[in-house]
Amino acid sequence: MKLSGAEIVVECLKREGVDTIFGYPGGAVLQIYDAIFQQSHFKHYLVRHEQAALHAASGYARVSGKCGVALVTSGPGATNAVTGLADALADSTPLVCFSGQVTSALIGNDAFQEADVVGITRSATKHNFLVKRAEDLALIIRQAFHIATTGRPGPVLIDIPKDVSINICEFVWPEAVNMRSYQPVTQGHPGQIKKAVKAMLACQRPVIYSGGGIMNSVGSAALLRELSHSLNAPVTNTLMGLGGIPYDDPHFLGMLGMHGTYEANMAVSHCDLLVAVGSRFDDRVTGKLEAFAPDAKIIHIDIDPSSISKNIHAHLPIVGDVGVVLKQILEEIARKNGAPNADALALWWEQIAEWRAVDSLHFEQLPDAPIKPQRVIQAVHEITHGNAVVATDVGQHQMWAAQHYGFRKPHRWVTSGGLGTMGYGLPAGMGAQIAVPDERVVVFTGDASIQMCIQELATMYQYRLPIIIIILNNAYMGMVRQWQEMFYESRYSQSYFDSLPDFVKLAEAYRGTGLKVDHIEQLDSVLEQAFAIKNERFVLVDVAVSKEENVYPMVPAGAALNEMVLS
Amino acid sequence: MRHTITVLVENEFGVLTRVAGLFSARGYNIESLNVAPIQDKTVSRMTIVTRGDERAIEQIKKQLNKLIPVIKVDDISHTVHLEREMLLVKVAASPESYNALLELADSFGAKVVDDHIDSHMILELTGKAQQLDEFLSRLSDFDVTAMTRTGPVGMRRDAKGFNLD
Ligand SMILES: Cc1ncc(C[n+]2csc(CCOP(=O)(O)OP(=O)(O)O)c2C)c(N)n1
Ligand SMILES: [Mg+2]
Repeated sequence: MKLSGAEIVVECLKREGVDTIFGYPGGAVLQIYDAIFQQSHFKHYLVRHEQAALHAASGYARVSGKCGVALVTSGPGATNAVTGLADALADSTPLVCFSGQVTSALIGNDAFQEADVVGITRSATKHNFLVKRAEDLALIIRQAFHIATTGRPGPVLIDIPKDVSINICEFVWPEAVNMRSYQPVTQGHPGQIKKAVKAMLACQRPVIYSGGGIMNSVGSAALLRELSHSLNAPVTNTLMGLGGIPYDDPHFLGMLGMHGTYEANMAVSHCDLLVAVGSRFDDRVTGKLEAFAPDAKIIHIDIDPSSISKNIHAHLPIVGDVGVVLKQILEEIARKNGAPNADALALWWEQIAEWRAVDSLHFEQLPDAPIKPQRVIQAVHEITHGNAVVATDVGQHQMWAAQHYGFRKPHRWVTSGGLGTMGYGLPAGMGAQIAVPDERVVVFTGDASIQMCIQELATMYQYRLPIIIIILNNAYMGMVRQWQEMFYESRYSQSYFDSLPDFVKLAEAYRGTGLKVDHIEQLDSVLEQAFAIKNERFVLVDVAVSKEENVYPMVPAGAALNEMVLS
Repeated sequence: MRHTITVLVENEFGVLTRVAGLFSARGYNIESLNVAPIQDKTVSRMTIVTRGDERAIEQIKKQLNKLIPVIKVDDISHTVHLEREMLLVKVAASPESYNALLELADSFGAKVVDDHIDSHMILELTGKAQQLDEFLSRLSDFDVTAMTRTGPVGMRRDAKGFNLD
């Protein structure tokens, strides 16, 4: 079968089982767009900015468990995509991004819309390729999907010069991909598994600390819960790991780290065994390294060897897929027929109960008082019973959503953790809604963040994505203002907006519904109204919240986890 | 601590940039980096000399391994191994200095590659980095007009190979 490069791209996407791609056309990819026009295997969603294509692909990937796919043109198209690639790299999201490139003969000539995209994206991707011949395309695409979705997942970029997409060659589909230089380990070392189980059964004060790795290893959340129950060990989640264990499981301590709960941070500070599962000891999690889990033996399970002992020394490293390793551990526990030390654990749980009693996430919503942002999140939890897919932007609203939403299941929480990318929320919410058209998607955003990808309201309208967007509008870059209040004597340098748009009218201009909440007594009824609308269009609810509310608890940057500021 | 790390990589476009970029992006030292294909032309071998504490070196090795085209990484510093480097040096020559230069070259086992008694000489010396340093310091009495060194290449001395299997 003779195909053009562009047709090979389409054929490979079909064979990779891709049903959805996000993109934006331009000169260097017209040939590929023409091939897309003539096929019906996958649906192309037209975004309004290339950054959004990548974030949408990310939201789609996180919720569906599949690889996200994006297509952008050369030069500015590709440079606009860079933030989305870096975001996916930081959060280990599997993506394949195709970018057009100028014709091979022009590369290096400062041609129109030429940029050294392989150079620019080298450190923003897990790997990238420049395709030199149409004959190489199929193998490269196959390898790109393999690299993006295996090992520690991440974004892979394929740069395709225009002539390569035009040239015709014989299409050969490589049945298998085998790369001698890339062989990720999935099985845990049996000797290490035995040692880990021995430590788990011998300890007195265990904590399981799980992260985004649980989301990347589909099915592992159930195993995580099983391990927690069989060891009677408490579990704390990182920001990326929320939903790894149901929020109402009695073993769940809440999130840990900078804005973690008192009980989670205290438990980590006092445990004698810390089992890290698909988490990477990020500085927002550990606080001051020397004071992190000082008495604990640390078991670290991760698919990425370079994450192990990078920040915190792991006494017992286990390289492997967290799902596979958790299964191995559970089997070993069953084989040994061992049980944890019940007396010690009873004491440990007593201590945890005392920390819990501090109720560090407590807030009080008085009638007639400004609306507490925490209350808005809680109200949405009540309406959706904790079953919504929740996407966020970055800032205080993100932390409140993490603390107060309460997730029942994995793959329901779509946020930018590693890079902390404002502008992520709207497009990621779109990708999520496309992945699960029958489920409720809510985007919590801020008055500043929403303006970084607000053009995507047009995309939501075009595809009739019935997303509920809730702005926790404090008329501040709240998170910046909080740091300025705490560490810069309230000098609010450039963190205040005195010219916010009328978001309700803006929503209407983009042909969705806009609603406004100014007083606490309107909150529940307006939310109910928003969730009841069934016209397939997005609904934006602009909630005026208490302007100078801060996120607590807070571990100041560089402080130890047990040096939390509670209010 | 100084470490000598040898790396087998796919001999493909851009690998050198990926390795060099890794060192600069993560703030690791790189003293020298040497690369050329091995007998199987699809593979290149690098010798990288770097400095860092154990933890940094551990990370460097892991990060190298994480690069997709990297096939194998071996830190040979703690093994019995040898390292060799080559120097080319151009020295101004005159009938007065000529014999002294020849003598010095001879005493270090350096080869005279180009020989113009009333213009310049080019000398070639292969050896340990230290020998090259000494040779250069002795040459400082003369008028060195150009020099270049390859940086070390290294290999274990035992029978063990370093190849694809
Ligand atoms: C692209 C980008 N630029 C800057 C920042 C730094 N930053 C973090 S939070 C924040 C303020 C966010 O304000 P808003 O969206 O209103 O959320 P709030 O904190 O008020 O809830 C800023 C500027 C960032 N995370 N991302
Ligand atoms: Mg704000």
